[in-house]
Amino acid sequence: MLTPIEIQIRLERILLKVEKPGRYAGGELNITVKDWDSIRTRVAFVFPDIYDIGVSNVGLKILYDEVNRRNDALAERAYAPWTDMEARMRENGIPLYTLESKRPLAGFDLIGFSLPYETLYTNTLNILDLAGIPVRSRDRTDGHPIIIAGGHAATNPEPMHAFIDAFVIGEGEEVIHDVINAIQAHGTRAEKLTALAGIPGVYVPKFYEVHYLEDGTVSHVGTLMEGIANPVVKRIVAHLPPPPTSFIVPNIETVHNRVSVEIMRGCTRGCRFCQAGMITRPVRERGVDDIVDAAEAAINATGFEELALLSLSSSDFSYVVELVNKVSERFKGRKLTISLPSLRIESVSVDLMDKLREHYSGGFTLAPEAATERMRRIINKFIPDEEIINTTREIYRRGWTTIKLYFMIGHPSETLEDVQAIADLCKRVITEGRKVAGMKVKLNAGVSTFVPKPQTPFQWVSVDRRENIIAKQDLLRRELRDRNIKLSWTEPDDSLLEAWLTRGDRRMAEVIYTAWSNGAKFDAWNDHNKYEVWQAAFAEHGLDSDFYTYRQRRTDEVFPWDHISAAVRKNFLFQDFRQSLEGRIRVDCRLNCFACGILPAFANVRRENPGEVWKCPEVKSPKSNYQASPSAVQLPVVGD
Amino acid sequence: MRIRITFTKTGALRYIGHLDLNTIWERSTRRAGLPLAYSQGFHPQPKIHLASALPLGFSSRCEVLDMRLNEDMPLGELPARLQTAMPSGLEILKVEAVDEHAPALQTQVLSAEYEISLPGSLDEAWLEGRIEEILSDEHLPRERRGKKYDLRPLIEEIGIISGNRIFMRLSAREGATGRPDEVLDALGISQDGTHTERTRLLFQQ
Repeated sequence: MLTPIEIQIRLERILLKVEKPGRYAGGELNITVKDWDSIRTRVAFVFPDIYDIGVSNVGLKILYDEVNRRNDALAERAYAPWTDMEARMRENGIPLYTLESKRPLAGFDLIGFSLPYETLYTNTLNILDLAGIPVRSRDRTDGHPIIIAGGHAATNPEPMHAFIDAFVIGEGEEVIHDVINAIQAHGTRAEKLTALAGIPGVYVPKFYEVHYLEDGTVSHVGTLMEGIANPVVKRIVAHLPPPPTSFIVPNIETVHNRVSVEIMRGCTRGCRFCQAGMITRPVRERGVDDIVDAAEAAINATGFEELALLSLSSSDFSYVVELVNKVSERFKGRKLTISLPSLRIESVSVDLMDKLREHYSGGFTLAPEAATERMRRIINKFIPDEEIINTTREIYRRGWTTIKLYFMIGHPSETLEDVQAIADLCKRVITEGRKVAGMKVKLNAGVSTFVPKPQTPFQWVSVDRRENIIAKQDLLRRELRDRNIKLSWTEPDDSLLEAWLTRGDRRMAEVIYTAWSNGAKFDAWNDHNKYEVWQAAFAEHGLDSDFYTYRQRRTDEVFPWDHISAAVRKNFLFQDFRQSLEGRIRVDCRLNCFACGILPAFANVRRENPGEVWKCPEVKSPKSNYQASPSAVQLPVVGD
Repeated sequence: MRIRITFTKTGALRYIGHLDLNTIWERSTRRAGLPLAYSQGFHPQPKIHLASALPLGFSSRCEVLDMRLNEDMPLGELPARLQTAMPSGLEILKVEAVDEHAPALQTQVLSAEYEISLPGSLDEAWLEGRIEEILSDEHLPRERRGKKYDLRPLIEEIGIISGNRIFMRLSAREGATGRPDEVLDALGISQDGTHTERTRLLFQQ
């Protein structure tokens, strides 16, 4: 294995020949470099996309700090090199190394991948290969690091089961310590994996066996070892621990040069398309003072010019007005941009942003997601047109010239009329805006394509067909020709790739392997999308991608991810799906508990930590609010 | 208050370009809690001006910049305050006060000196011959990024430190800046594995 000095010497020969060499040089402010030889357990965290995107990832920063706080462990970082660098590394025999110590990944005890989205799967294989580590879990021996992964894509770990030794389901703050302790306590790889399988929230695929029905769907999943969990239930922390403040400051320009403070985890809105909203329950909030103090400490420690207050739905933060007041007071007169994303479409949001005016540049972003009442009922995000018009008009009137509206097409049962309504709404927003602010008003309409995700009420539905999506996008392009409306959309092939990976089963692992072997990587990047390569990989393994995308699932279907639980009951999701078919709205579950399953699953966690931070209401009697309604919206019946 | 800072740029910072270095300075100054001055206008720019851009990949023992602060600060405490806020690879050598009305730093640079380390030793007699040839030429027509220019007037001095170390002093005036890698190329020496360090900037007095 190459030493850090050998790697450094080889790097010096190639770094000036690649684009943005600062990505590969390390040496950033606020990194932790510990004495390698005196530390027992060495962990490398990998974000399998380029440095420019990965370096600001908050999740990995939390874990980096958790590990580096221990006296007996160290954490370092690596990212996916861009294609030019990868080629030079392979040419010069440089294995993937960590930025802190320039040591090969293969020399670490534990490698933790962040998998926030499915299009990073091929990069993950590529990184293992570039690190000289066998890509398949079964080919690794005692001398190899243990490979773990976590993140939202691990909600359905099965497509990656062949490559990752153990998945961490849910929140990583506590479980990472359990994982490190287990590794320290055991010698061989087999012993370590056995120990990992016993940790709540850790899924070791090799100890589970999937049985299929003749039609290719799953029959059941059995365990191959006594006493391991089935299903594996996610881990959560009772209280959000203090947020990271000493963010790594890149020496080069990256995508997000900012301090991010998570104000709240989870969301109670229950939008049916939203995987994050389902899998990050329950809602837990941080205290206003904790947030403001952390933000200030982080700004001082980094010198960043932007502060992002992150959550899935800022408006729902209980003390959002107080937070905004305190933030604007604390940073008064300082050169700082403050962003508060995911605001509700209501006039209160405009008041909130107005208070941050001194610190605000750029546009105002809102996400109606759909434009007809029928569609809004189906997706459970009900905002009347008038509310949207009144809010956007008010935003323009108060001097913002650009509004960004997010929509999705391809929702279940969506028709061209529903899409036409998106175009009509955009035009109306602009027309109304012009009345109060003149011809300078601008609208950016971001229209993405809905991809049904595991562990959501829409996990049963088919993906909208490619030809439909193309027709819908054509309609929008035709309709939105106003020079002050800028339309952006997702390429249909990109959505399909995400769609078959996200609801894939174990058989998909071979497809991923073959696609990667034939050159697929950076699948999230348009210019690298190799649709044909993927289709050929499906064909090689006798699988049909339509099985994963264009198939309405049976109501009694066992999903490949059913043995992984985000603690939201499948029955709850199904009930919610049925309500969707009937066009029934479910209100914010802070107001009314719909018994998703979180509270019973984590009763002990909540009991041990009394207090206000959890936003689940007190539940007295388990009463379902669901009533079957005969006047259902006409939709295809599931299971037909 | 206008201050002039002399600093080194080494290690990982060798791979950081001119614009990124400006950002590093802006953030470091903020971290140090110094009242950095900004230009007026819609996109206020920090009043930080580097004397002369250092090509990517070069290290330096002698970078110089001017910075304006909104308030006067005790000069003595500035080096330590700035140093603690700096990423590794950037060492503060000197902080001086400068007359507010002194001409812009960039206009005062005359020339820059470099030391180039080569990966292997060259035949010194051959190298001496090459240097003599180049210096005796009246013109050295070259092309860089599609633009034709004459390298010869930009070369002030070339010398041999040892078989694998070359010294040069090149013009660094605005619009007339010689690049050591161009000189190496003109000498017929490959860039591969070389390491160039800027050792001195010369200013008008």
